[in-house]
Amino acid sequence: MLRLEARPHPSTAALLLAPLLAVLLTLLAGALLFALLGFAPAAALKAFFITPVNSLYGLGELAMKATPLLLCAIGLAVGFRANIWNIGAEGQLLMGAIAGSGVALFLRPADGAPWVLPAMFLAGALGGMAWAAVPAFLKLRFNASEILTSLMLTYVARLFLRWLVGGPWRDPDGYNFPQSPMFAPDAVIPPLLHGTRLGFGALLALAVTLGGWFLLSRTFLGFQIRVIGLTSAAAGYAGFDRGRVTWLSLLLSGALAGIAGLNEVAGPIGQLTPFVSPGYGFTAIIVAFLGRLHPIGILFASLLVALSYLGGESAQISLGLPLAATDVFQGMLLFFLLASEVLVRYRPRLARTRG
Amino acid sequence: MPPDASVPRLALTGISKSFPGCRANDGVGLTLMPGEIHALLGENGAGKSTLVKIIYGVLQADSGQMAWDGRPVSIASPAAARRLGIGMVFQHFSLFDSLSVAENIALGLDRPGPMKALVRRIAAVSARYGLALDPDRPVHSLSVGERQRVEIVRCLLGEPRLLIMDEPTSVLTPQEVDGLFAVLRQLAAEGRTILYISHKLDEIRALCGRATVMRAGRVVGSCDPAATTSRAMAEMMIGTGLAVPRRGPQSAPARDTVLELHHLFTTSDDPFAVTLADVALSVRAGEIVGIAGVAGNGQAELLSALSGEARSPDPGMIVIGGVAAGHLGPRARRSLGLAFVPEERLGRGAVPEMSLADNALLSGYGSGGMVRRGLVRFGRARRYAERVIQHFGVATRGHATPARALSGGNLQKFIIGREILQNPRLLIAAQPTWGVDAGAAAQIHQALLDLAQGGTALLIVSQDLDELFTLSDRIAVMHGGRLSATTPVDQTTVEQIGLRMGGIFEERTETDHASS
Repeated sequence: MLRLEARPHPSTAALLLAPLLAVLLTLLAGALLFALLGFAPAAALKAFFITPVNSLYGLGELAMKATPLLLCAIGLAVGFRANIWNIGAEGQLLMGAIAGSGVALFLRPADGAPWVLPAMFLAGALGGMAWAAVPAFLKLRFNASEILTSLMLTYVARLFLRWLVGGPWRDPDGYNFPQSPMFAPDAVIPPLLHGTRLGFGALLALAVTLGGWFLLSRTFLGFQIRVIGLTSAAAGYAGFDRGRVTWLSLLLSGALAGIAGLNEVAGPIGQLTPFVSPGYGFTAIIVAFLGRLHPIGILFASLLVALSYLGGESAQISLGLPLAATDVFQGMLLFFLLASEVLVRYRPRLARTRG
Repeated sequence: MPPDASVPRLALTGISKSFPGCRANDGVGLTLMPGEIHALLGENGAGKSTLVKIIYGVLQADSGQMAWDGRPVSIASPAAARRLGIGMVFQHFSLFDSLSVAENIALGLDRPGPMKALVRRIAAVSARYGLALDPDRPVHSLSVGERQRVEIVRCLLGEPRLLIMDEPTSVLTPQEVDGLFAVLRQLAAEGRTILYISHKLDEIRALCGRATVMRAGRVVGSCDPAATTSRAMAEMMIGTGLAVPRRGPQSAPARDTVLELHHLFTTSDDPFAVTLADVALSVRAGEIVGIAGVAGNGQAELLSALSGEARSPDPGMIVIGGVAAGHLGPRARRSLGLAFVPEERLGRGAVPEMSLADNALLSGYGSGGMVRRGLVRFGRARRYAERVIQHFGVATRGHATPARALSGGNLQKFIIGREILQNPRLLIAAQPTWGVDAGAAAQIHQALLDLAQGGTALLIVSQDLDELFTLSDRIAVMHGGRLSATTPVDQTTVEQIGLRMGGIFEERTETDHASS
């Protein structure tokens, strides 16, 4: 029988190197997988990991993919640290996109209206917050699990979006496609760098990352969040207000997810469609854990996962690899990361079977 | 069954057992004769529990021999131990509240047989040893002493020839302890061997014929407890001289009342929970009031009502420093000058994964400027932790050590020090030395006495009567959610308090209400 025995002093270096080891193992396993599928492993890995980012445009795309992941994951990580399990960032992201689009579509700005984009961002944040407020209220009032309520609200948000773009908000000149009219130029985020599609949302995400780090490691509120997450009874003893932290972490992650959604519709897409997100809100959960719930770790994790999205597309285009390879890669990465983390903290032992 | 009384019932030689990072048993030898009551004595962490678990088959020794009735044996599991004739009563009971006594016993037996026959056997065993027990009563209606009887009867049904008792008196009233000792003496007279684990020296002197003392995983000596003083045994246990706490000159009376409880009650939805009823108490500055009682009689409810983790129905029920505080949370009560030492150290009083500096911040955030404008000043938290470590002699590498790496006694010294250095007006401490070794306990007692000397009001809730008699000026007893009147400690005895712990209260005659 194989037993896991806790190591008394897990090595700090090993804890830091574990994610690198996991990435390396993922590459090896990926190469093996490609070989078994009949592709040249080197070419496939190159198509997956190098080709997408060997140009300025490619790097911009990478940052653009990473932005919504980063925004969502930072908010989620703050909650996860406090044992608040918001699984519904996807729904909050969609509601943020919807609220921001509402501003763009119904205020119909005239040319030269610089207040429109800020108003859209504000609406996006409020939309995500409002959607996250529902699980917070249900948890504190009725002790309902936020895991279930936030997840279920994601499906409500998705259906609401489909109804909007298929009905009331459908573009009358859109040949019956389920999508809104294109936003006015003032309601679209301009590119930051010439030759890329990257907008200032990426800078915002970086600022949010720094803010998240500051909140968690420097402020007394962050200390309270960590205590609540680690040992709820000690937080009660110290007099930390669990209700306040529940509200705060859900509203914060809702607002950030909402901004992420708005940043998509007002950025690369330029209109509201049912395909705002390929599941950013769910993937952000992986990103948060991949980054060990630490904002700086999450920054790297979001880039890595964004690369796996781009790589999947690139490998599909150039080699004809199935798009499912992206999911396989993300799954392997998570698997190896968790496995290496377990081995850093525990030592496997062959135990004698007892009579 | 060999009647030869010169062959040891159980002989251990050279037993060693290591865990990652610690050598729990190191070449331990122990010889148990038929018919003797043998004490195994040692501080927490001395290796007693590990040794007993090896005897009972829960753990396997890394090396060493065991001989049972002169024949070498290896005991692979608790079931194998029971087949040999070894029974064990654990410190923490494993009983199901909603099942009857007989059902609980049936669950614990390897071959219970039909229920009717089992009920007859239970009745026979309880009659033979005077262990009054109704097989059909549900366990939740039993007192702690009665629950222990269930465990003992369960063991006796297996006809053990070696009975291991792990700290059996920690939950009993003095009267219940006397009853238990009578049973143990009768069992020994029948030729059964009893291995009695405890750190209560007076009990061991009253009960045991021989004592083996362990320290840091080794056997450091053995003695005849009746012929050895408690002090000598304590010094053998801790390896150095023992400082006895000294009380300073009695402080002047008629100081301000710092804590007042008026008709405090609590409610609960849980049918098995204890609720407080009409609790009244007052504690003055510079005074130590002790609350005795068997665990589970409302102490936990009283403590959470006092700390603010549970709010009271009416603000005026709890008055701290003249301010009605029943509606306030722990944070607001701390700002009124309350400091609080909870019973549960790791997981309530401290966050196991966090450093001592972070744990200093946990309850010390209100003092010493550790938080300014919402930001933590970690330098100040580290310095505060270092001060606690120095003042209270906490054995640790420094403020960066995680709390879970400290031994129980050291962590308790840290927590009590953390609360004391906040200069509280009122300190409430639950079981301040429970499970703490004798040396650290003496230090903690001295620190509490000094604090009272400096004018702080102290309320100590403890099951350890010796501790309460050492520390308190006045003692009250908690039973069934009610609190007795307080009695000055020099006007009462352990026996009187023991009777009250069993639920026999006098009329309330006293001054607690007069101050309101």
